[in-house]
Amino acid sequence: MASYSTSEFKGGLKIMMDGDPCSIIENEFVKPGKGQAFSRVKIRNLKTGRVLEKTFKSGESVEAADVMEVDLQYLYADGEFWHFMDPESFEQVSADEKAVGDAIKWMKEQDLCTITLWNGSPIIVAPPNFVVLTVTDTDPGLKGDTSGSGGKPATLESGAVVRVPLFVQIGEMIKVDTRTGEYVSRVKEG
Amino acid sequence: MLRARAGLLADIRTFFRQAGVLEIETPVCSRFGVTDPSIESFTTRYTGPAAAHGETLYLHTSPEFPMKRLLAAGSGPIYQICKVFRGGELGTRHNPEFTLLEWYRPGFDHFGLMDEVASLVNDVLPSSLPVEHVSYGEAFQRYLGIDPHAASAESLRQCAIDAGISDAETLSLDNADAWLDLLLTQRIEPHLGRERLSFLFDYPASQAALAKVRPGTPAVAERFEFYLEGIEIANGFHELTDAQEQQRRFEQENAIREERGLPTVPMDRNLLSGLASGMPDCAGVALGIDRLLMRVTDVASIEEVLAFPYLRA
Repeated sequence: MASYSTSEFKGGLKIMMDGDPCSIIENEFVKPGKGQAFSRVKIRNLKTGRVLEKTFKSGESVEAADVMEVDLQYLYADGEFWHFMDPESFEQVSADEKAVGDAIKWMKEQDLCTITLWNGSPIIVAPPNFVVLTVTDTDPGLKGDTSGSGGKPATLESGAVVRVPLFVQIGEMIKVDTRTGEYVSRVKEG
Repeated sequence: MLRARAGLLADIRTFFRQAGVLEIETPVCSRFGVTDPSIESFTTRYTGPAAAHGETLYLHTSPEFPMKRLLAAGSGPIYQICKVFRGGELGTRHNPEFTLLEWYRPGFDHFGLMDEVASLVNDVLPSSLPVEHVSYGEAFQRYLGIDPHAASAESLRQCAIDAGISDAETLSLDNADAWLDLLLTQRIEPHLGRERLSFLFDYPASQAALAKVRPGTPAVAERFEFYLEGIEIANGFHELTDAQEQQRRFEQENAIREERGLPTVPMDRNLLSGLASGMPDCAGVALGIDRLLMRVTDVASIEEVLAFPYLRA
């Protein structure tokens, strides 16, 4: 089993903690001038998303987590699993609802999503930072108002609801930042 | 930043010139190293005249031992500003090579030297700050409600758990001192040196390092550390001058090194004979120039005060 010693700790390193794969966010080396050295780390549990602090004695080792990120194309959902494919090898993996989480409301078939695999199975699905989706429902809004102030809710084809400027109409396509859930712009049909 | 460093060094030299303390230099490389199990020395090799088959040399982790030999030889008050080297230390407050100011005052005890540290630091800071002295015992009582001199490793572990230190429950530490270090660094240091100069003094006898131990109940090491904004800046001692006791500590530290599977380090016999020849009663302190410069220039990471930090060296 691969392991890392505290001196290998750095942001982004994937380690096992209490049976779950975790990612190191921040590592601080703490040492009194004469005395015991410690590593104080902030880590994110990749399964739950929770951030926790841990203290290690310098020189201790922790088990490495077999975690990697891959970009896969979203194919379809069958009601229980969401299926993705590696666009080069055509290999497919399926993610359960827990792994897909909030990404669900942004995903459109054919989009490239970033999937975190742990021991080969998806544990996190991240949608692209920007997605283009069709507005399926929104109030007609006021004609001629192009200022964008105020805004109104709009439901998108993937199910997400975002605030859009008043001039956006049903059937139009918009670009959304999935990290903030904010409207970016209208997109002319290609 | 380059100018700030040059200015700080010039101010320090002016301070010591006015105080009548002599600037000296001592070797960076020595056949002897520091035995302290918590400090890792860099080593290098010399081969040539006087060492045809080569010999291992230790880069100094502080210029303490040769400076004490000068004191024993009658140098009077001395100071040195030099680069020192420590393995295994890199972070926002650590760089494996860093600049140390070290000075010794014959006739001073650790209280006298704390006063001089305070006046030097107030001299170089943009505005002078009030000074606080708090003993190691008082600090643990104040912030954690525990007596660090009497508490067992088990009760310190419980204290760390109660104080909410993550992982205290599963952390396996060797002894009470390691638990004290954990509590000190995580729950006490952050309070020290806030808008003032804080001196923590009279350490547990088990953490004497190179300080005299003052008998009593409890016996305490006449050692101090100086803090600014939660960061340890300096460590000082009312210096141990007893050669036999010094040798006993060296041997004990090497024994601990063996126990932990660390390489043993040849003890400095030149220091022992210097002490034996008659070392004046004195106090000495080592002050991290880079960390002081971090305060003077108000930056959060040691990298910012170094022209070329470790990763770019």
